[in-house]
Amino acid sequence: MADVKKVMQHPHIQALWEQLQCGFPQVAEVFEECMAEALASLTKEGVQAYVESARFLGRMGHGVEPILIFLERWPAVAEAVGESALPPVMDCVRRMWKSPNGKAIVPFLQSLPAAARRLQSQELLQRYLDLVPDFMDRTTGSIHGIHTTFPSPGLPEFFDQVPFLLGQLPIQGLKNWVEYGIRNYGGHPERQKDYFSLQSADSRAVMQRERHGTLLADVERKLDLYLRGLWRDGDHLVPYSTGFSELRKPVPYYDKLGIRLPDVYDDFILPSLAGGGGVGGEGKAVPSPGASRHPLPPAGEGRVVSGLDRYRATLAHMVGHRRWTEAQIADNWSPFQRMAVEFFEDARVETLLIREYPGLRRIFLALHPVPVEGACDPETTSCLRHRLATLSRAFLDPDHGYTDPVLLDFVQRFHGLLAKDGSSTSEIASLALSYVARTRRQSDQLPNIHFKDTEVGYRDDNRQMWKFIEEGDEEEAFDQQRKIEPGEELEGLPPRHYHEWDYSSQTYRPDWVSVYEALHPKGDAARIDKLLAKHDALAKRLKRLLDLLKPQDKVRIRYQEEGSELDLDVALRSLIDFKGGATPDPRINMSHRTNGRDIAVSLLLDLSESLNEKVAGSEQTILELSQEAVSLLAWAIEKLGDPFAIGGFHSNTRHEVRYLHLKGYGERWGEEVKGRLAAMEAGYSTRMGAAMRHAAHYLEAQKADKKLMLILTDGQPSDVDAKDERLLIEDARQAVKELDQKGIYAYCITLDPRADDYVTDIFGRNGYTVIDRIEKLPEQLPQLFLALTK
Amino acid sequence: MTSHIEQFKIHQEPFYQPKGNEVELYQAAYAARLPVMLKGPTGCGKSRFVEHMAWKLGKPLITVACNEDMTASDLVGRYLLDASGTRWLDGPLTTAARIGAICYLDEVVEARQDTTVVIHPLTDHRRTLPLDKKGELIQAHPDFQLVISYNPGYQSLMKDLKQSTKQRFTAFEFDYPAAELEVGIVARETGADPETAAKLVKVGAVARNLKGHGLDEGISTRLLVYAATLIKGGVEPRDACRMALVRPITDDADIRDTLDHAIDAIFA
Ligand SMILES: Nc1ncnc2c1ncn2[C@@H]1O[C@H](COP(=O)(O)OP(=O)(O)O)[C@@H](O)[C@H]1O
Ligand SMILES: [Mg+2]
Repeated sequence: MADVKKVMQHPHIQALWEQLQCGFPQVAEVFEECMAEALASLTKEGVQAYVESARFLGRMGHGVEPILIFLERWPAVAEAVGESALPPVMDCVRRMWKSPNGKAIVPFLQSLPAAARRLQSQELLQRYLDLVPDFMDRTTGSIHGIHTTFPSPGLPEFFDQVPFLLGQLPIQGLKNWVEYGIRNYGGHPERQKDYFSLQSADSRAVMQRERHGTLLADVERKLDLYLRGLWRDGDHLVPYSTGFSELRKPVPYYDKLGIRLPDVYDDFILPSLAGGGGVGGEGKAVPSPGASRHPLPPAGEGRVVSGLDRYRATLAHMVGHRRWTEAQIADNWSPFQRMAVEFFEDARVETLLIREYPGLRRIFLALHPVPVEGACDPETTSCLRHRLATLSRAFLDPDHGYTDPVLLDFVQRFHGLLAKDGSSTSEIASLALSYVARTRRQSDQLPNIHFKDTEVGYRDDNRQMWKFIEEGDEEEAFDQQRKIEPGEELEGLPPRHYHEWDYSSQTYRPDWVSVYEALHPKGDAARIDKLLAKHDALAKRLKRLLDLLKPQDKVRIRYQEEGSELDLDVALRSLIDFKGGATPDPRINMSHRTNGRDIAVSLLLDLSESLNEKVAGSEQTILELSQEAVSLLAWAIEKLGDPFAIGGFHSNTRHEVRYLHLKGYGERWGEEVKGRLAAMEAGYSTRMGAAMRHAAHYLEAQKADKKLMLILTDGQPSDVDAKDERLLIEDARQAVKELDQKGIYAYCITLDPRADDYVTDIFGRNGYTVIDRIEKLPEQLPQLFLALTK
Repeated sequence: MTSHIEQFKIHQEPFYQPKGNEVELYQAAYAARLPVMLKGPTGCGKSRFVEHMAWKLGKPLITVACNEDMTASDLVGRYLLDASGTRWLDGPLTTAARIGAICYLDEVVEARQDTTVVIHPLTDHRRTLPLDKKGELIQAHPDFQLVISYNPGYQSLMKDLKQSTKQRFTAFEFDYPAAELEVGIVARETGADPETAAKLVKVGAVARNLKGHGLDEGISTRLLVYAATLIKGGVEPRDACRMALVRPITDDADIRDTLDHAIDAIFA
């Protein structure tokens, strides 16, 4: 195929175009835009792989569609689940290509962005991809035994429905739905098509059946609010799939990257209600859509736990560990001893949780198994697990009704220890060890373990409870490269010096900090336009709000005693009152006022190193999201006509605070400014006070009634030469006070979910907003500004 | 005149639970006749504090709830027309300045800024109030004091006080009381038992944690008092909480759900 000769504006994109070796003029048309998006959101290797895969799709012999769709959609998929999902995706494509199912490639590619957005993790997307080969093998060419010549009739239909289906079903539900269709219609092309295009009645019925439970994706905000409101905690919630690991059910846990939870929880009904004991007598998870197929007993009865409350119980349990559990050294204890310590500690933190919120007891007890005393035969079976689960039940349930004297003794000792100040992990561990010693039996060693009624589903896997000495320190790679070299772009401009507040002596250190300012270097303005285009819908919504705020030239003020004109309506009414002997309203005039929105705004951007971090669950960095948000804000403020400046800052000790001008008050929002914004880079630290003073220096000179300084940051003030954490926090707080004296209102927008403590100190209770979901920043920043100035 | 003063006097002690040394500080500010500004969210006890102080100092108190439609004349006074001609009527600020009352302008940011400037001459050392229309310059009575309150939590720059106004006042920063104190207040105000009061305060804490995350303002002490009153009156506690604490402050379904859950978890 002959390449289309096309000259791209950017030499780098030109090189990639040549690498693509593509002869489709349609592709040439969009290539530049696609690449701009890809370059903004993918890594260097990611871009390479992207172009290579596109090249393959273009030369596959299925026309222009596959390559076009892929080029347009992939960056969004990568953004949702990570670019490393590309190889398995391309494996799927290749398999279809090699089979008679080439026609399904386009619908497959088309289904990816929606699937990725919904599934949110590469692990779950993989579950989706795993369905494909199985589907193909079992429906391709199997009609009347003729071998692999006919394409699968249902596959393309299926891909078309995937975005809809994943909105309704968890991934395991989708798998079950597919399974049913293949099993029943594998050999009937027409009926298969009807099934997978959701035309047939049973197809819909099976979907309804699978459509159960509460999806994490649907209650995520509620859970965020739960953590924050009830527990003053918060973390990234990451779903895992519950359906696929047949061998061992995954268990919730938390680590540095966040809290892992199942992607779906069914409502939970006690065995007595669910009729004939659920799995392992642990109660039964029932599918419970809004539908009335399973009439549920009222939740208030304390017998049913909704999926949402199961999430809450799981989170509460982990909060308990995060608050009260101290990691123990595992090396000296046997696995039995560790298991006992875990049961005891789990029950301890739950007891403490219930003290905070007594209502949790109902939920924990409903979910906790009720082991039957004597159900385990110690002659033939290892019973330690059963003993511990029984004890755990007894710790939590005042009406447990067990009679074993040793159990009763330990329940009493347990509550005795907790009565003081909640005891501690190590203290409760000793109690657990003495319990193991006291009840030890030879048969505990038997391989045949009693599991029934011993698994407590809402508890985490307790990985945070243990530390192992042998392991050695975790290595943390610290070779992040600094993007901006010291001394760059600083030539020529003399520094300005600012004082800094030393809170320990309550004095200023005069001329302590040197601020160098410079115009930010320029990049490609088109990138910013591209980002803005992405938020088209949002921009339209904002536009409506902006129109409301736009200064109307004149406003009439009625009911004035003195004014420029007589208000006839009111005057007549007054006259009538007067004639009638009543006291007339003297406010019979009106006047006009120009509704001046007289605000000057300075936006100060923290450009420190941490902005280079990827936003959890996304391929975008905080910096990129900030660029989007700032572009939208700048666009909005331009529409309102408020004088507006943008500056960025970072610091490398007090000798070198850099302040970069991105937009001046007098400058229009145009190519020049967008170019600078596009080139924004992050590095170094956050000496906030000095940067605020410098920005204030310019804002102060603005002639406006109101002056607003917005500070966008992702962390607390810090610098390499400030060992004492409080120092720069206190200095920033002092800077806010100085600004207030100058009539400048400082307001902070922070992306640090744990900022509440220090940010309140700096900006006061009403001087900040925490953006919990960074991906919402582009939407929230302009709205916040509008709310602040309305 | 005395009977006029009497009507503004507070005869019974209004219960006020101090949170720090604000009572002493206020007494000092009053001794020097310094104007006072009370900052803090709605329903945290600002008005109650002023009432208490007026009672303690034995001075009359004139309270003006400010609003957007208020004009300078509403504060200062105006001529009225009646059958017998015109008659001057003092506004509340003028009355306070004449009789030596504490004049409390509640939620002063609600008033338009051109209205608030009439208080300026009363706040500097001259302590005068010009009645332009009447051609009179009032010298404030030695007992007169000006107190304003405002809620910086409106999160709107446009509703902030002018810097030139702020700079004329000494300021007290109010906030919701610490948990134990708030329990005491709710119990004392309503006769609710301390256990119920403690639970209500706990619900309040949950909502206050959500401020800035979808809630503009937490649950105020005033609302907690309302809820306790309802419970005292026989309303089921959870219903009382939903009605007095949750529904008034939010329309956000997720937040409502979270607060409802907290209520169930607390009133188990
Ligand atoms: N420190 C306190 N002492 C006594 N009651 C208080 C206190 N703080 C709040 N309250 C209660 O809260 C209610 C609302 O307080 P209020 O003074 O009207 O609030 P604000 O003026 O700050 O809006 C009062 O009626 C009272 O019941
Ligand atoms: Mg645990």
